[in-house]
Amino acid sequence: MSATARPALDAGLDAALDDARAAAESVCDPELPMLTLADLGVLRDVRIEDDGAVTAVLTPTYSGCPALAEMRADLDAALRSAGFSTVHVRTELSPPWSTDDITAEGRRKLAESGIAPPGRAPRRSGGPIPVTLTLGPRTTRTEDAVRCPRCGSPDTEETSRFGATACKALRRCRACREPFEQVKEI
Amino acid sequence: MTDDHVYLSLAEEHGDDTRWAFGTGFEDPLHGVDTTLPAGVDADELAALCLALADDALVAAQRLAQWVTLAPELEEEVALANIGLDLLGQARLLYARAGQAEGHGEEGKGRDEDALAYFRDPDEFRNVLLAEVPNGDFAHCVVKLLLLSSWRLAQLQQLTGHADPVLAAVAHKGVSELTYHRDHAAQWVVRLGDGTEESTRRTRAALAELWPYRAELYAAAPETRDEVEAVLAQVLAAAHLDATELDAAELGASGEATAQALTGNGRSGEHTEHLTELLAELQGVARSDPEATW
Repeated sequence: MSATARPALDAGLDAALDDARAAAESVCDPELPMLTLADLGVLRDVRIEDDGAVTAVLTPTYSGCPALAEMRADLDAALRSAGFSTVHVRTELSPPWSTDDITAEGRRKLAESGIAPPGRAPRRSGGPIPVTLTLGPRTTRTEDAVRCPRCGSPDTEETSRFGATACKALRRCRACREPFEQVKEI
Repeated sequence: MTDDHVYLSLAEEHGDDTRWAFGTGFEDPLHGVDTTLPAGVDADELAALCLALADDALVAAQRLAQWVTLAPELEEEVALANIGLDLLGQARLLYARAGQAEGHGEEGKGRDEDALAYFRDPDEFRNVLLAEVPNGDFAHCVVKLLLLSSWRLAQLQQLTGHADPVLAAVAHKGVSELTYHRDHAAQWVVRLGDGTEESTRRTRAALAELWPYRAELYAAAPETRDEVEAVLAQVLAAAHLDATELDAAELGASGEATAQALTGNGRSGEHTEHLTELLAELQGVARSDPEATW
């Protein structure tokens, strides 16, 4: 290999990596199809190995997330149809996924689709985790309140911590009275 | 995925590796994870630990699933099913890890998650007895969930520092899930314990029945005792329930359930007949045609 061929080879690899990333990042989440896996923050890495294989790294949202196998199959299919013949989808468990990993773009798309994006995930220092005994619907009126995705009011309350999928809570807007879903902080 | 709808996309061809139910080749939950056993970790001890934690989760998840269509309100049905799903997910990861450890990391040597969940007899299960206690009323459900989730949370939090990185990672994810399971149960115990005369009566009855099972929990994981006791005391105080009465009930224990709680040892495979019934339901389809593919 001559010294002058090197930049061209790197450029070829860079282009291939761009193609692989673009293909992987375009895959939509099976349960929140308005978001890509990149928006959701579950696509941790896309790289091209020395032997030309593409490796994509996924992390699960919840231990029991039934969509992980579907994500993996979709990612594999998208990379193959982008022309990569050898594709590995690896799963990475640590560090665990947090809703803080949802991108700003992802948050915007959620709100546009009528699903309130999550607030900041709780930060825990070491030691036992305190039990939360606050009862009743949690109403928030502060600056960082969960806003109604329809009317924008911060005057909303949680009606149930559990929704139609593991990642969503149910809320109600006290201003426009509409119920809505929220991706809950984890 | 060529279709935006997840359930329609299930019907698409994905090759051999995407399977959606038992016997249809459900994928390995640890697929693509680096599963090398680290040096210095005793493989048999790791297998036993993962199996016990997985059995607790699977049996508890099955009991929670039995609430579907029976919970007092729709939101609660969704909540209990969600909690059960988290536990089932934890069980799958832990069974997969137990199988790898049991086979000392050699490909194809240990059992897979299906073999561990569907093809073991009751005396091979290592879950604590509290997990298999049959469902009662809703107060009984939330008291049981409070005890189990407080105890499991304390265990998982300690396991986040385990020398096996896979178990540590599964525990780390589990901690955030168990935190809201425990909150949910604790809030209901306060609501019912400090509620109407009837809800208080039912909560006290559930506590009296289930309180003695703590002995087995602490025998299985002694390092959890202080934290769990502190949490329970805090919840009972908020519900205006008196723990000293419960301790007295434990000392004067009588009745079938209490006697079992004090003498049984689920971690050694000594179970009640309730586990046999639960497993008959859980394993029936898989065992009726072990070679079936759908």
